[in-house]
Amino acid sequence: MYSAIVDSRIDVSALLARVASDSNGAAVLFIGTVRDVNDGRTVTGIEYSAYRSMAERELASIIAEAAERTGSTHIAAEHRLGELRTGECSVAVVAAHPHRGLAFEGARYVVEELKRRVPIWKREQYIDGTREWVRATSSDVRLADGPTIGVLADAGERK
Amino acid sequence: MTVTVLLFASYADAVGRSSFELDVETGATVKDVVEKVRAMSGHDRLPRALMVAVNERYASRDSEVRAGDEVALIPPVAGG
Repeated sequence: MYSAIVDSRIDVSALLARVASDSNGAAVLFIGTVRDVNDGRTVTGIEYSAYRSMAERELASIIAEAAERTGSTHIAAEHRLGELRTGECSVAVVAAHPHRGLAFEGARYVVEELKRRVPIWKREQYIDGTREWVRATSSDVRLADGPTIGVLADAGERK
Repeated sequence: MTVTVLLFASYADAVGRSSFELDVETGATVKDVVEKVRAMSGHDRLPRALMVAVNERYASRDSEVRAGDEVALIPPVAGG
């Protein structure tokens, strides 16, 4: 198991090498990249920031959960911070397993939980020079009106 | 007692700073901390409903905080 929050280019070959094993019949690699359009606006780049120490801890927890769910510890992920241009890789997840089903499941679990729980934020830069914080991408972390605090506490306690 | 309040991303922009010390009553909960922060001048720009982490772990509104705790107000996350 391996996870890291990094400040420079993600080397996906190196990440794949971390989960390589002759016992694995399958390895799934997910790469998230900066898209050039969001909500109809032309995006030129994204600035990623984080609550770094918590992001490292939360990502490591997610990797451990995925290992427990799939029975394979051959799972690794990196998320990059800083200013990225369109087309650059912001996140990479690899999951390897003797069989493809659980390799896909492991990678999917890490990606979905990362987007839901890891305290990372992005500010998009648009072609007209303006910048905006991006709203949550997962509907289940959007909070309804009202004094609900710590809706993710349940997720945390499930560990 | 004193806790450290951390703000990130859009929340830090909204109030113009990213951390400060806050005095709270002994036995104060996460909810008490959030209400006290929002009562400060200019800080009502923060939403009433927000996520909180205490010492790097998501916390429920009824959790008690202790002296020296790091209480982070977490905007909706958007990694990936």
